[in-house]
Amino acid sequence: MKEVFTAQKISDKVYWVGAVDWNVRNFHGYLTGRGSTYNAFLVLDKKITLIDTVKAPFAEEMFSRIRSVIGEVDKIDYIVSNHSEPDHSGALPAAIEAIKPEKIFASAAGEKNLKAYSGTDLDITTVKTGESISIGDDTLTFVETKMLHWPDSMVSYLAGEKMLFTQDAFGMHLAGSSLYADEYPRHILEYEAKKYFANILLHLSGKVIALLDSLPGLDLDIQMILPDHGPLWRTPEDIAWILGKYREFAEQKNTRGALVFYATMWGSTAKMANALADGLREGGVQVECASLDVNDRSDIMTKVMDAAIVAAGSPTMNNQLFPSVADVLTYLSGLKPQNKIGYAFGSYGWSGEAVKKIADSMFAMNMALPVEPCKVKYRPTEADLKKLHDDGLALAEQLKKG
Amino acid sequence: MKFVCDVCGYVYDPAKGDPDNGIPAGTEFADLPDSWVCPECGAGKSEFSEMP
Repeated sequence: MKEVFTAQKISDKVYWVGAVDWNVRNFHGYLTGRGSTYNAFLVLDKKITLIDTVKAPFAEEMFSRIRSVIGEVDKIDYIVSNHSEPDHSGALPAAIEAIKPEKIFASAAGEKNLKAYSGTDLDITTVKTGESISIGDDTLTFVETKMLHWPDSMVSYLAGEKMLFTQDAFGMHLAGSSLYADEYPRHILEYEAKKYFANILLHLSGKVIALLDSLPGLDLDIQMILPDHGPLWRTPEDIAWILGKYREFAEQKNTRGALVFYATMWGSTAKMANALADGLREGGVQVECASLDVNDRSDIMTKVMDAAIVAAGSPTMNNQLFPSVADVLTYLSGLKPQNKIGYAFGSYGWSGEAVKKIADSMFAMNMALPVEPCKVKYRPTEADLKKLHDDGLALAEQLKKG
Repeated sequence: MKFVCDVCGYVYDPAKGDPDNGIPAGTEFADLPDSWVCPECGAGKSEFSEMP
């Protein structure tokens, strides 16, 4: 019987059996403008193995794709969980019930997480870096990637097929009917890979570099990288491209531009932002001026990737930061961008705490703050706005001094 | 005595301390303040185990 959903063949032994979430737009607070995929992989061997699963509501879509290859899902013998986050393990309890697998493999931290998420005492075989299991003719080898990006994260290498299954690493939120990166426009791949890195991995940049440095020593002949979101990397050029991009993103050195983000109540902080941005432009810096009314926090993070200068503006509201600015600063603090010049500004009516709160937050993030913050009462005068423009020029000058 | 973070694998070495977070070299794990957290992942002291 033909299935509702069918698998995509990757090789004679390996099939994509994941799910496409075309219209997801809020992924734990990350605006996924192009939707996403939850990739799961079926490996045919003496022990039929399922690598990762999908988000819970997509369990039946995955089962349908599995059935399209092997008829019945309970023919699966092994399940490997590279990452316990619910977008990859949400369907695991249903899968266990349907499959009754002989074994489930995960890292030690993965075992704890999967038990906690499923609320059941799952029987999991834990594996460590360098451990291999035979699945028949072929072998799966595991490499733990602790904190990339969760404590449980690991990658699996299928030796005979020379495929590296990398869970969230090298992935992106991009829904599509094509399976491979070379079937998508490069600028979309670059933007979505950068957005993913900015929002998921930026604070772990040091570990990303260490992992990239350790790859040659692992002596894996990698002919395909198969992440759990978005397209797969199958050509030598694409594999080199995404590894190179990860190094570039993690080094956080390729930043020349400036980002001015702000919220405004009655237009004063917006006027200040535009004057500042024009000073930066005149100073020779490519600048983007982004109102938080229309820019999601995850888009701000993506812009931060290209910015050497990050300026934030907030009105003072009830003695506090404007809520959307507090949101972005909290988010930014956790993602720990490096090598940034910061600048704080904003308007106020009577107390004016917000600007200092921005500067304190930037200081705590180790941003350099070479130009004094600027705050104006109620409405910026022309002189105030010229001062903002001059501050933009001064920041541009600081960047040139580098 | 070294201690390892069970969450992320970070190793606390008393010989090095955690100077970035105000802990001087020579501070034993037991003497770390209760407010001290893993500098890598933010887990609390109770998530650490003695290194074998």
